Amino acid sequence: MALIVSKNLSVGYDGVPIVSDINFSVERGDYLAIVGENGAGKTTVMKTVLGLNRAISGEIVFGDGLKKNEIGYLPQQTAVQKDFPASVFEVVISGCLSKTGLRPFYNKAEKRLADEMMEELGIADLKKRPYRELSGGQQQRVLLSRALLSTREILLLDEPVAGLDPLVTAEMYGIIENLNKKGTAIIMITHDLSSALKYANKILYIGSETFFGTKEEFKVSPVGRRFMITGEKENG
Amino acid sequence: MAEILDRLYYGFFYLPTGIYALIVSVLVALCSALLGVTLVLRRFSFIGDGLSHVAFGAMAVAAVVGLTNQMLIAMPVTIVCAILLLKTGGKAKIKGDAAVAMISVGALAIGYLLMNLFPSSASGSISADVCTTLFGSFALVTLTSVEVWLCVVLSVLAVTVFIVFYNKIFAITFDENFAVATGTKAKVYNLITAVLIAVVIVLAMRLVGSLLISALIIFPAISAMRVFKTFKSVTICSAILSVSCTAFGVLLSVVLDTPVGPTIVGVDLIVFFVFWLVGTLKGVKLK
Repeated sequence: MALIVSKNLSVGYDGVPIVSDINFSVERGDYLAIVGENGAGKTTVMKTVLGLNRAISGEIVFGDGLKKNEIGYLPQQTAVQKDFPASVFEVVISGCLSKTGLRPFYNKAEKRLADEMMEELGIADLKKRPYRELSGGQQQRVLLSRALLSTREILLLDEPVAGLDPLVTAEMYGIIENLNKKGTAIIMITHDLSSALKYANKILYIGSETFFGTKEEFKVSPVGRRFMITGEKENG
Repeated sequence: MAEILDRLYYGFFYLPTGIYALIVSVLVALCSALLGVTLVLRRFSFIGDGLSHVAFGAMAVAAVVGLTNQMLIAMPVTIVCAILLLKTGGKAKIKGDAAVAMISVGALAIGYLLMNLFPSSASGSISADVCTTLFGSFALVTLTSVEVWLCVVLSVLAVTVFIVFYNKIFAITFDENFAVATGTKAKVYNLITAVLIAVVIVLAMRLVGSLLISALIIFPAISAMRVFKTFKSVTICSAILSVSCTAFGVLLSVVLDTPVGPTIVGVDLIVFFVFWLVGTLKGVKLK
């Protein structure tokens, strides 16, 4: 049984579809990379999986004991966050919010969890620092800690390395790979095809035609070949 | 000095209405400062202005209809508008700022139009009426004890709700998508926030008038943000600033014999510059 299965999913806004017929499945331990041209609807697909956007047709099925709210999500940064007054700890612990239910405040166990998570991702010494004064890579680690506090089962990442320098990008990919090896399933949107092919085991291509399959299948598929050639041209 | 104290005593504290006025203004200031932090951060600074004009329009309608308690109409209408404005948020066809501006100007125009078409017999002149609703009453001695109690109850309610939902409000303000994706009912909390804002605004209208309500909502929050850098410290500082500026402003207006609303806003403005200066100096020092 897969964690998440998408069946004939069609996504868009206000009833107008952007992409249709998306089929994919994510099992425990999978690393799925979603690739495709800008504006093809990658983020919209992810938002639909998260329940932030209503599917136009088709469905998303959660299985293998995964509940709808047990999803870790690393969104793209918003403009609001750039000057938001918040300490690192305040942001990280907000990942525990779904655990609190109607209880107004975080308990000791949740605070300890947050501390441990910051330790794991190497940001424990930033605990009291203002979030907006951190570097891009540090901010991503903070948001990643927050996402992991809500679940270790599956993590959805929307362009996790956007705007990071090469060194920090490599670090970020390393952290994600590590999490995946420890058993967290990953769904990652990226426009960086080479790292998608390096780290992921499954590829979902969204564009004028869609493709879903293993990395090896993608490399020999017509869609994959075309996309890899244009990608190479763009990169050099 | 003695003269000032005399003025404060005989012109203000001597009468129960003076004490009432101080209680009401401090409570309203507290509520608006707490809500102000999340509103400013969510780029809804002008919602206070828009909603207060809606309240102004609704009160004009109430006056025309001949209702004695204008809050009966103003409160529900304002609440509905607040819900509509906050709900549409990101996905609306008419984007946030334009929607607020539209409702704000529209309600103001209709209110003033109605006041001119059907001049109420109770009060003297239209211009005095309008001036009071826009800039607040000259002195706060018109409050009845019922209004004071209503204000106390609603304020306590607003502060309690804010404290109980503090962590949720933070999460939704910082990142609504993440909060929703992980199962927070952001819609419910947005609805609660909208209702609270509407209530606070209708209460605050008596104090500073509809044109200056934005000041009560925005100034404490942005002043606090100049100096403090965590959500908790900004919230606490903003509440303290708002309460002290308003209390000081009310007393100052008694001493100087100036209109209450603009005096409070003047004090807020000065405090903002002080905090801005402190924040800038701190920044320079760090570099």
